[in-house]
Amino acid sequence: MSAATRDQTREIHMQVMWNRLISVVEEQAMTLLRTAFSTSVREAGDLSAGVFDPEGRMLAQAVTGTPGHVNTMAEAVLHFIDEIGRQNMFPGDTYVTNDPWKGTGHLHDITMVSPSFKGHVLVGFFACTAHVVDVGGRGFGADGKSVYEEGIQIPIMKFAERGVVNAFLVQMLRANVREANQVVGDFYSLAACNDVGHRRLIAMMEEVGLDTLDDLGAFIFARTRAATLERIAALPKGTWTNRLTTDGYDKPVTLQATVTTHEAEVNVDFTGTDGISRWGINTPIIYTKAYACYAMKCVVAPDIPNNWASLEPFTVSSPENILNAPRPAPVSLRHVFGHMVPDLVLGALAQALPGRILAEGSGALWNIHMSVRPAAGQQGQRAEILMFNSGGMGARPEQDGLNATAFPSGVMTMPIEATEHAGPVVIWRKELRPDSAGDGQYRGGLGQIIEIEPAKGHEFEFSAMFDRTLNAPRGRNGGKEGKKGTVALDDGTPLNPKGWQHVPAGRKLVLHLPGGGGYGDPALRDPAARANDISKGYISGDRK
Amino acid sequence: MTIRLGADIGGTFTDIALDCRGRMFSTKVLTNYAAPEQAILDGMDMVLDQAGIGYGDLEIVIHGTTLATNALIERRGAKTAFITTEGFRDVIEMRTESRFDQYDLNLTLPTPLVPREDRFTVAGRIGAQGQELAPLDEAALHTLADRIAAGGYGAVAIGFIHSYLNPAHERRARDIIAASVDLPISISSEVSPQMREFERFNTVCANAYVRPQMASYLDRLQVRLKEKGAGCPVFMIHSGGGLVSVDTAAEFPVRLVESGPAGGAIFAADVARKFGLDKVVSYDMGGTTAKICLIEDFAPKTARTFEVARTTRFAKGSGMPISIPVIEMIEIGAGGGSIAWVDAMGRIQTGPESAGSEPGPACYQRGGKRPAITDADLVLGKLDPDNFAGGAIKLSLANAEAAIDRDVGSRLSLNTEAAAFGIGEVVDENMANAARVHAVENGKDISDNMMVAFGGAAPLHAARLCEKLGIDRCLVPPGAGVGSAIGFLKAPFGYESLASRIIGLSSFDATAVNLLIADLKATAESFVRQGTDGAIHAEIVAFMRYRGQGWEIPVPLPDRAFTDADVALIREGFLTAYARFFGRAIDGLSGLEIEIVTISVKAADKRPAPEPATLTHGSRSVAAPQFRAVFDPSSARALKTGIVARESLAAGDRVSGPTVVVERETSTVVTAPFDVVMQSDGSLLMLKKEIV
Repeated sequence: MSAATRDQTREIHMQVMWNRLISVVEEQAMTLLRTAFSTSVREAGDLSAGVFDPEGRMLAQAVTGTPGHVNTMAEAVLHFIDEIGRQNMFPGDTYVTNDPWKGTGHLHDITMVSPSFKGHVLVGFFACTAHVVDVGGRGFGADGKSVYEEGIQIPIMKFAERGVVNAFLVQMLRANVREANQVVGDFYSLAACNDVGHRRLIAMMEEVGLDTLDDLGAFIFARTRAATLERIAALPKGTWTNRLTTDGYDKPVTLQATVTTHEAEVNVDFTGTDGISRWGINTPIIYTKAYACYAMKCVVAPDIPNNWASLEPFTVSSPENILNAPRPAPVSLRHVFGHMVPDLVLGALAQALPGRILAEGSGALWNIHMSVRPAAGQQGQRAEILMFNSGGMGARPEQDGLNATAFPSGVMTMPIEATEHAGPVVIWRKELRPDSAGDGQYRGGLGQIIEIEPAKGHEFEFSAMFDRTLNAPRGRNGGKEGKKGTVALDDGTPLNPKGWQHVPAGRKLVLHLPGGGGYGDPALRDPAARANDISKGYISGDRK
Repeated sequence: MTIRLGADIGGTFTDIALDCRGRMFSTKVLTNYAAPEQAILDGMDMVLDQAGIGYGDLEIVIHGTTLATNALIERRGAKTAFITTEGFRDVIEMRTESRFDQYDLNLTLPTPLVPREDRFTVAGRIGAQGQELAPLDEAALHTLADRIAAGGYGAVAIGFIHSYLNPAHERRARDIIAASVDLPISISSEVSPQMREFERFNTVCANAYVRPQMASYLDRLQVRLKEKGAGCPVFMIHSGGGLVSVDTAAEFPVRLVESGPAGGAIFAADVARKFGLDKVVSYDMGGTTAKICLIEDFAPKTARTFEVARTTRFAKGSGMPISIPVIEMIEIGAGGGSIAWVDAMGRIQTGPESAGSEPGPACYQRGGKRPAITDADLVLGKLDPDNFAGGAIKLSLANAEAAIDRDVGSRLSLNTEAAAFGIGEVVDENMANAARVHAVENGKDISDNMMVAFGGAAPLHAARLCEKLGIDRCLVPPGAGVGSAIGFLKAPFGYESLASRIIGLSSFDATAVNLLIADLKATAESFVRQGTDGAIHAEIVAFMRYRGQGWEIPVPLPDRAFTDADVALIREGFLTAYARFFGRAIDGLSGLEIEIVTISVKAADKRPAPEPATLTHGSRSVAAPQFRAVFDPSSARALKTGIVARESLAAGDRVSGPTVVVERETSTVVTAPFDVVMQSDGSLLMLKKEIV
């Protein structure tokens, strides 16, 4: 075989192995999806999975999963290598943490890392992250005054050594969380999913006769880096700033982002953002960075897979503030501000790339955590129920926004029939909210209306984690703003958009989720599209 | 019955297979979209003529069709009114509230089958325990009935929350509407009594949507057959792989979706039974897609829900869910016509875009300029340019080379052969990955299986696919080009009934479960009885999980009355199945409730077993009469490769790979690690050289 032929064959082998590596992490993610107990993982896909080289650089990440973990996990593995130490790593080990600053931003996310040994040689790592049902403390909500109130903290440590599970950790965990069986079940699911990845990787290496992933890694990084840099080089050069005001907890919070493009780098700086909150709505920078990178990748390089080389040119900087809150700030609801980061960053990019960026949308998911119990003096059932719901997405430059669709989060809603089996509540309404979309040449996506009543003889406390109730999603390019959200009881009593609150027996919680902003001058909207909005009831007939 | 005819209407071809007292006749004719029944009759004329019999001699006609699927994909169904629970008008529009592609901000979601203006709500509510929370608003239904009667609708669908537990409101609503509206009415508790409202509502809407069209087609077909003198009954193959009467099919046409591919899986299952192979993976590759199905103990894997009409690159989530019993297979955009291209990272990609039959791959010389898988196969020497499709299409090697050079080779500085090799490797790798993930999802190891390959392009790629999957034997049966239609002839009369009921094992009530199973069995058997007087056997499966999980796994249960003491057996069955799926059962979860979510009863008559045959690994070594250079993927270079005509081989002949077995329809490529042995029934067995 000539040298030229060898090169040609090598190119093809590398491509095939890259392809296989992506399939390996998909299998890893699929295993987690199928075995997880946590509703947010199994029904909503709140997870991620990836494979890393021995240096801790991410080689491939499963597409299955949510952007919140895009590169939080990538950085987490480096912390694990530092703290465990390579000399203490053995085949059959699995390491774990829920440290918000080393993992993915709050205690509910458990990250597990497993070394992958071929024989006695460390060839790489598998990592995965999932949101578990409970971590003790005050529960999933904004009311903790510091991370110490938010639940059990698991520093980076071994979940299993040489295949033997750390019984002390499991015992500690059981004593500290509300749904011990489900949480422990999820720990096992996470470990099992890394096992699947490891087995597949070793099988592939044996099949093709590889001893290390060095050459393959170099090939993947070189190709991805070149493609990413080509896209970045094509961006206009400059600096653009955007500000966005959100509801906050007890007072509005303004976020600010400045995007600067360089020849081989895009930087987002969050100087100008408001300071740390007393409430659990702060965001560790690692999570802020995940959503900033996600927003930039959607615009600049949507087709380039996530790995160390494709993420490296996107950088983030910030002084200490609500988007870069250090320990021990409370961070339980970090997703609310994390989910606002894309609209914030896209607003700056819209100045760099006019005509290419969608309008603002509902942004943060409207998650509801309900703690249901029998009403005083009644027999009944206790249950913890979590629901994910989405408002409208912003209008796109050439299309209407998507109705009731999650963005930037990648999660799905659950069937209400499944939610009603999870505990004693009745969901009386979950349908589109007419007249909520921002007008424009292209209309924003509609929000939705949800009505929930405790089942007969029950009442519930719920943790509100809502935003855009005081500050509407803005339109772009002349488009109008979407309608703000509202939170109330069915008798008209207004409720707060954040914090734990009570819904008594016989009352309904009524949520109106925000609609997306419009894009372009409403006068330019196609009359046929307008007529269609009326015949579908997206706009009620009596309103022009 | 000894004279049976199968007819499969596919997207491009209508295939007819006739089993005339054990002899098989078959033909392919172009599908006639305006009058689908005409193509069937044209094909029937041909095979009946070949067999020397008439329409009156037929004892049964078994039919499968993609017409229902096409109506959903092309949105050519009836204007449908959907009546649903107040507060839930938009369930089929809001879907899962997610985007199927995280990074494409311009993506378009599929529009609902029934637009918002045709969706109506009425008050009345069933709770999660099946209890009535609010009475049905009958007055509103009477008003609505008048509105529907005046609205120019062709069909009505009804879907209420929790109706799978308590269908009373849906039935009452149907009665009220039927009293003043003369339209077919479908209710979700009959069409798809499963939990999860989006899937169930979409399924009942799909059923209503295709019902008038399918009823009219089935009617015309029967009339035309009668005119031709065929007095025999017509049965339809359904997506679960069984036969149902035409009347049932007309009432539940959504069950016909995906019936063609089901035929292919039954075909492979029949091959498996004939040779006594208990673990088989069927691999069907045509012009546009490849389909892979696991077959265990001669029965294809089944599922309770699937997605049809995917709008974007076969992406999961870009279509619509249909919750009915279905033979489970994965389909990927990898066929002979799939286009090869290079992405931003310089990676070769294949499909899902397909050159189809027009303009076709570049080598067809019909105007196709972009390289397809078939072009790569030609460049690698797997196809003979002068003898493709029996010489019907003359292939141009020069065109194939030019297309590959331009779109792939020059982009990556690869020579033509290496580029073609790359294309082949990528498509084979994609199929291998899909097969592997599919096996994992079902708790299986793909390499434990034997492969059965059919469809025009499968024999060209099967051996390499086996190498990648660690499979050491692969059968290529005769008649593989019309596999689905032949499969129809092997299908049992069968029907699967299921119902969602959340039953915790700690409060297991044997009497209630026995009643539920008896009820499901009666329903399933009543459908089977329409086709047979013979013995019926039933398979009972519980779909179970730990409480709190979202995925249920199938746990087979014995077909007998349960007592409360059987909880231990059911729990044991679950733990065993769980460990098989996920590697290990979870320790220390003794306190966690295990629950049944859905129970299914599959009833079918016993089909006569095919004449058993034994696989031979060869009794005589035969040398290929001629040789040409064919690229071998595992050694990554062209090797001197034998060329053998399939019809020249006698049972027991073993030819050493690398070799290509050529026939009129396709070629079977035997790569260097394999030999090939002709079987007594005309099948080709590829097996690893070291197997003797």
